[in-house]
Amino acid sequence: MKSHERTLTVNRAFVFAALIVLSLVFAFPFLWILSTALKPLDETMRDPPVWIPTKFMWGNFWDAIKYGSETLHYIPFLVYAMNTVLLCVLVVAGTVASNSLVAYSFARLRWPGRDFAFAVTLATMMVPFPVLMVPTFALFRWLDWIGTYRPLWVPAWFGSAFSIFLLRQFFRTLPFELSEAAKIDGASEWRIFRDVIIPLSKPAMAVVALFAFMGVWNDFLGPLIYLLDQKMFTLSLGLQFYQSQNGGTTWNLLMAASTIVIAPVIILFFFTQRLFIQGIALTGLKG
Amino acid sequence: MTLITRQQARAGFAFASPWLVGFCVFLAYPVLASIYFSFCDYSVLKAPVFIGADNYKELWGDEVFWTAIKNTLVYAAMALPTGMLTALILAMLLNAKVKGMPFFRTIFFIPALVPQVSLAVLWLWILNGEHGILNNLLNPILHGVSRVGNLGVTVLNLVPFHHTYDMLDLQGPNWLGSPAWSKPSMVVLGVWGVGNAMLIYLASLQDVPTELVEAADLDGASSWQKTLNVTIPMISPVILFNMIMGIIGTLQVFTVPYIMFPNGDPARSTYFYTEYLYDNAFKYHRMGYASAMGWILFVMILILTFVSIRFSERHVHYQGG
Repeated sequence: MKSHERTLTVNRAFVFAALIVLSLVFAFPFLWILSTALKPLDETMRDPPVWIPTKFMWGNFWDAIKYGSETLHYIPFLVYAMNTVLLCVLVVAGTVASNSLVAYSFARLRWPGRDFAFAVTLATMMVPFPVLMVPTFALFRWLDWIGTYRPLWVPAWFGSAFSIFLLRQFFRTLPFELSEAAKIDGASEWRIFRDVIIPLSKPAMAVVALFAFMGVWNDFLGPLIYLLDQKMFTLSLGLQFYQSQNGGTTWNLLMAASTIVIAPVIILFFFTQRLFIQGIALTGLKG
Repeated sequence: MTLITRQQARAGFAFASPWLVGFCVFLAYPVLASIYFSFCDYSVLKAPVFIGADNYKELWGDEVFWTAIKNTLVYAAMALPTGMLTALILAMLLNAKVKGMPFFRTIFFIPALVPQVSLAVLWLWILNGEHGILNNLLNPILHGVSRVGNLGVTVLNLVPFHHTYDMLDLQGPNWLGSPAWSKPSMVVLGVWGVGNAMLIYLASLQDVPTELVEAADLDGASSWQKTLNVTIPMISPVILFNMIMGIIGTLQVFTVPYIMFPNGDPARSTYFYTEYLYDNAFKYHRMGYASAMGWILFVMILILTFVSIRFSERHVHYQGG
């Protein structure tokens, strides 16, 4: 048994070494953007590369934020950030409200055709966005919504298959005796939903909200199709415009701007890590 | 029907109503309309005109369409196995009971959170031809490799063959500028963002019953044998799941190449399917043509999904199933 234990220790040491090397590789791009973001412009292009800026240019972040404000007479980065936050609020609110109602119906109410409707709902996750892209655009054009935010947030208030699925799985784990007890006390389905189920489902709803937030924050194709006025752009759209506007790209400012776009997501992740990981694991396991 | 069940049915429909409306308006209608549009000449500005299968016939002879398909499939064939393998290896390393697992898990996962646009911009900078840091790191290594290799070449050239071998001078590739390396550079970037798949693997690895692994241990199985004969079969449904998600994702790749390689440069090597579809719809206003492309994509995804399920049937092991 001794030699067996020794191989185990050797294995473990090997795994640990591999993890350290790989984590350096994975962390490197982040360290490199941060280093670039803090450099004066001429140090970004030096050969051999400057690893640590000789002078930390914290002002780069402010320069990146107000980039383009002289010609446009407003600060584009702040405007884009406000637009993105506004969209996030509308989409997250809609996603949580609509999907929890729908998922409750699928998970805990009996109605004719329910299981068939749920199967169809799951099947719709297979439909790729490019198939829907053209008719949805035509629909919003007919409604005269092109160039407004409505195509980007109104659909969120009508449910989405993925969130319905996630919340339904969770609602089904709550004991049915709770609903029965409330029913005996004469509570309506709405009361049961609001006073019994919702208070117990905060973690699951937080997961759905988190995914919805990430979806909006990262979305590029949606705003690209529907937004026309530069003043209405979101951050992910703005960042691209930002880069092409710079003929000889000022990499330090671009990296500073990217850091500011990436940072909120990472900070959010640190506060919600456990929820996040459970949510993602759930998508793979209960499929 | 009793009063109670009728009441519940009414409540059920009421609660589900947002989705019943949303499904009809934002899914069922677009799916049906897009079938119809794919048989139409449609520019959005004017009403669609039915033209039969002309869009599909034209696509058949459209060289750019075939280039886009080829690019997309080649990219998927490179990115899918690389990404799946990386995710699985990372998950297995994390599943070994070593200290600091939450720390490593966080490091490997965080790149998956980076918005696609920032991801593209960031890697443009890392892979940059002149000032890119990746080549700056690679070149000294490749230089060393060349020198060692040249020892061999020198020895070889001492032997009086009728052919003398050239000295090696390996250098980091022109990641963004050469058609041969543009897709691999996207694969590199994709490997960096495998966090989601990794977490899904990790969760399933943690569900593998320890009794099974211990039983294999008692039978004197090596770690490699245990991995191959116990762990992999136990998580095979999740491997299939990640593979299908990967197929769906890679075939629709859009944002990263759209930003990293404007116009599909170099030499159209990064002009992908969804980009051509987008250009047809919103640049050339050929909505009917784009709809036809959408349906072909859908059918390709369905076929590949079906094929992977069929071919994996004998290898996928469902617990208690």
